[in-house]
Amino acid sequence: MSEAVTPSPTPSVGDRMRQLPQSGGALARTADVDTRLVGLLVALAVIWIGFNIATGGSFLTARNLWNLSVQSASIGIMATGMVLVIVSRNIDLSVGSMLGFIGYTMAMAQTAWLPQAFGLGLGHEAIWIITVILGLVLGLGMGLLQGFIIAYGFIPSFIVTLGGLLVWRGLIFQYAQGQTIAPLDTTFRLLGGGPQGSLGEWGSWALGLIAVVVVIAGLLLLRRRQAKYGFQVRPIWATIILGILAAVIILGAVWVTNAYPWPENLAAQYARQNGIEVPPGGLVIPTGIAYPVLIMIGVAILMTHLAERRRFGRNVYAIGGNPQAAELSGINTKRTIMLVFGVMGLLAGVSAVVQTARLNAAVTGLGVTNELDVISAAVIGGTSFSGGIGTIPGAVLGAVVMQSLRSGMVQMKVDSPTQDIVVGIVLVAAVGFDAWLRRRST
Amino acid sequence: MSAIPQEAKPTPPPVSEEGYLVEMRDVSVSFGGVHAVNGVSIDLRPGEVLGVVGGNGAGKSTLMKVLSGAQIPDSGQILIGGQMASIRNTRDARAYGIECIYQTLALADNLHAPANVFLGRELTSRTGVLDDPAMEDATRRVMKRLNPRFRNFRMAVASLSGGQRQSVAIARAVHFNATILIMDEPTAALGPAETEQVRALIRQLKEEGLGIFLISHDIHDVYDLSERISVMYHGKIVDTVDRDDVTIDQVLAMIILGKKPDEVTEAELEALHASG
Repeated sequence: MSEAVTPSPTPSVGDRMRQLPQSGGALARTADVDTRLVGLLVALAVIWIGFNIATGGSFLTARNLWNLSVQSASIGIMATGMVLVIVSRNIDLSVGSMLGFIGYTMAMAQTAWLPQAFGLGLGHEAIWIITVILGLVLGLGMGLLQGFIIAYGFIPSFIVTLGGLLVWRGLIFQYAQGQTIAPLDTTFRLLGGGPQGSLGEWGSWALGLIAVVVVIAGLLLLRRRQAKYGFQVRPIWATIILGILAAVIILGAVWVTNAYPWPENLAAQYARQNGIEVPPGGLVIPTGIAYPVLIMIGVAILMTHLAERRRFGRNVYAIGGNPQAAELSGINTKRTIMLVFGVMGLLAGVSAVVQTARLNAAVTGLGVTNELDVISAAVIGGTSFSGGIGTIPGAVLGAVVMQSLRSGMVQMKVDSPTQDIVVGIVLVAAVGFDAWLRRRST
Repeated sequence: MSAIPQEAKPTPPPVSEEGYLVEMRDVSVSFGGVHAVNGVSIDLRPGEVLGVVGGNGAGKSTLMKVLSGAQIPDSGQILIGGQMASIRNTRDARAYGIECIYQTLALADNLHAPANVFLGRELTSRTGVLDDPAMEDATRRVMKRLNPRFRNFRMAVASLSGGQRQSVAIARAVHFNATILIMDEPTAALGPAETEQVRALIRQLKEEGLGIFLISHDIHDVYDLSERISVMYHGKIVDTVDRDDVTIDQVLAMIILGKKPDEVTEAELEALHASG
């Protein structure tokens, strides 16, 4: 084993500190971090600071950032699945319609079917659980059906999901007949966020601390595993800086969500109900991380694991890189493609929960043009249409970038058509810039 | 703890009583009435390179696809080590120790070398998580044997040179203890130095007792490396000859005219030389 590789003599920490690389790109490479992701973070910082200046300081407020996080959640969740779809050289145009159909079905289930047909009273605590499971299973099923037609029917995904876009939306109109279903189950509603649909102060801090511990443990574990085989290990200064950076970002985000207090009247109402004496100046209840954001973070972690640490993910990337090679190497490419669409459908189900819960209603237009936002988020996040390239964290950041643009422009009172024009230009420019960088690096 | 793969050891491959690793008997494949491969029989011994040559469309690649499981034949038999073998797909072929290095390399350009070596056969921990360090370690060991100068284990193979990419493709075959190797135009995309590297590798693998089918347009490659040469013409085997019994010119004549050396007339040979 020891003779397998010859590690270069390990320089001391001091030596390594002195060998700090000069340029930013070289620095990122030495530190073994994703330069594309760093670039995206920089772009986001520029957008945030720019809007903050343009709006006279109202953009970088706890309240706005908290809202931004909730608004990004639904698109961010689906964008993680769209990465795998596009990486495998496919596209899914049906996610918005799937979301609408699933959302509508869940609304029907919790307001009509479960309370009436199954005799669960309105507000029964099982209703929200059954509804969510129904939505997820339905999404998975719809995705798998489309995936089956694409993979085994040899019909291009563009066509199948374009069909899906029309069919699922049409079905909503058929059985909804233009009606809006509202209000929804009170527990279900919490999944959409809002002051009560959040983790609260101590829960958020606890989760933040756990996350910091997990990230640092992960960084150290990776070092140990690489060292075990005598591989080149990320320099210790990079590990330390990355660890500190992660801790600052995580705890900073928690701090921001906690700096956003419940609205005064809601806090007063809460105080009355729980017999809390309202201190002078009003009761301040920190909101904490909203449930949809928690869901998005959970989804992003699971999807990253699936994409990078699982055979399934590796095979998806292989198919995107060279479909013939994947086939010849014995990968079951048809099954893999079908499952990719299954995952996409499942995530549309998750987003349907978030969106209907947030709206506290199901409307016929639920999710319209979401497919465009989701695809844009994935692409801004560095997913390449030529296949095989794209990351989950990139797509989530892409969703945040998109939402930041929209939200900032709303605050600057830019009208909706102008917003579309700007987002459209940014999308094309981002992809063009990315392609230019890629050409330069090879 | 993760399973660390054992170093590829040259285990004595199974051979038939006559000493053959592989015997393909009377294999036929047709595409819409065209006989791409027409009743071909071919065999291979351990430690031998069998050159398979022929013009474009002679059926070499299709014949080899049958053996590697990428093409199901219309008829014919395949014997591995004297036993009837059923090869329906590439997985079956691999189970028999047959590995194929394709002309197009069949690499996923966006993945790094270890991911390509283990493509479709990824190592995982007990919980099903990819064991990338173990795969990198195994790849480093194979590469140490094949191409000691290979360094870029974490770079997408798209950015590697032709020779390095070929090393990755060969590492994939070798790591899994292949006993029968099919090399389809292994030097077609390579420069002179890299070609020499691959040739050295072929000789080394031969020493280790592997049987190699070498498909190539480059008659010099085949002539230099092979023990025997099978010439295909319009889907049939013209003849299989010992390399030491023929000249390059005679092999060329077989490829172009589709006749055995003793059937070729002086006039035909003249015409051949005249034309080029």
